[in-house]
Amino acid sequence: MPIIEKKIGWDRNQMAQKAAFDIPDGSYVNLGIGMPELVAGFVPEGREVIYHTENGLLGMGQIPENGKEDPELINAGKKCITAIPGACFFHHADSFTMIRGSHIDICVLGAFQVSEEGDLANWSTGKPGAIPAVGGAMDLVAGVKTIFVITQHLTKNGDSKIVEKCTYPLTGKGVVNRIYTNLAILDVTENGLFVRELAPDVTFEYLQQNTGARLNQY
Amino acid sequence: MINKIVKSAEEAVADIFDGAVVLISGFGEAGSPIELIHALIDHGAKDLTVISNNTGSGHVGLAALIENKQVKKMICSFPRTANSTVFPDLYYKKEIELELVPQGTLAERIRAGGAGIPAFFTPSSVNTPLAEGKEARIFDGKTYVMEHAIKADFSLVKCKAADRYGNLTYNKTARNFGPIMCTAANTTIVQAKQIVEPGEIDPEIVVTPGIFVTKVVEVTNPEAESKLVAEDRRYPCQ
Repeated sequence: MPIIEKKIGWDRNQMAQKAAFDIPDGSYVNLGIGMPELVAGFVPEGREVIYHTENGLLGMGQIPENGKEDPELINAGKKCITAIPGACFFHHADSFTMIRGSHIDICVLGAFQVSEEGDLANWSTGKPGAIPAVGGAMDLVAGVKTIFVITQHLTKNGDSKIVEKCTYPLTGKGVVNRIYTNLAILDVTENGLFVRELAPDVTFEYLQQNTGARLNQY
Repeated sequence: MINKIVKSAEEAVADIFDGAVVLISGFGEAGSPIELIHALIDHGAKDLTVISNNTGSGHVGLAALIENKQVKKMICSFPRTANSTVFPDLYYKKEIELELVPQGTLAERIRAGGAGIPAFFTPSSVNTPLAEGKEARIFDGKTYVMEHAIKADFSLVKCKAADRYGNLTYNKTARNFGPIMCTAANTTIVQAKQIVEPGEIDPEIVVTPGIFVTKVVEVTNPEAESKLVAEDRRYPCQ
């Protein structure tokens, strides 16, 4: 009988908390769809962060109470949201001027793969026949000052999402600055991937065994 | 006297011809001019090239226009949405063309079209499959691809308030592509929830100046796409 390994590492909320901790007070932040959205719930007390959603709102607030949803007040994932006092609405060209003109400080995105050089693949698995859909991902990685990726370290099949070279079509080349996984926080540097923090009970050796690229220690 | 107000959605879309290039506002259902789209279905113009961020949901609005085989090509950034089956089915059968564009590039191509700029360079999509075949240039050591402006024959846009000059305001995130689409078409057709007297919209808060607008029709109670989809409604009704 195989020994069932105890699951180690951070859960999704803990990963989001780690990413939120690295967002400085006063930042303008765009959160991708899915796990990145959790980050907003963990910004430490005393910090003010303004959330941008690329469909035309700066100052995105909490999800609305039941019955108070407005189908014309939505986020990039097309979910109903609210606007904070002091929010503003604008059209798409202005919204992407904020993104492409490097006015947004930090963007947190999900990933299929991240390479040791910071290449990101998160829009297409390149499967023949699949309908491609890109949204704003390529604009975000091209324009936002700092790109955080938040993702499980391994795919459901146990393959490392951190790789030497992405095999999926790229969203952008050399664009990722930091990676938050359930096992560790990694910095992408000119000299390769450096381990910034290990999750509890995760050793460097264990992390390296489960990573498809060479890791370095500070 | 300038009066851009027309009496019905039917009259507003009457000039749309077969083979026209049509910009349609909206991000998902927010800002989608569903009554104008339904009027275009009744009108029947076909072989359209439609530029819109998504491809509609359920069997109403933009999805119904596609289902009615009036669209030969979609230019969009995200052709899938929850409850979106019409476009995928036709795409798999190779009965509709798709030009996939990063969302910011889509917005900028429309903005450029409206501003008389034929093309521009952007870093979005560099080193990805979406940059293949496009001219690239290096500025200050960084690579950019050239993207062409989008100019359309018509744009269909939803707004909140309009006056007879075509000055417009919008509602929250339903603004999205509306203001730039108004600028990039030869004929801009707008459905407004309310038509007001000139001067009632404070000139300081006009979002789309009337010069960009050709026709305005009042639709006081526009349908909510998600509600129609939840009720499994279809257009045309069967």
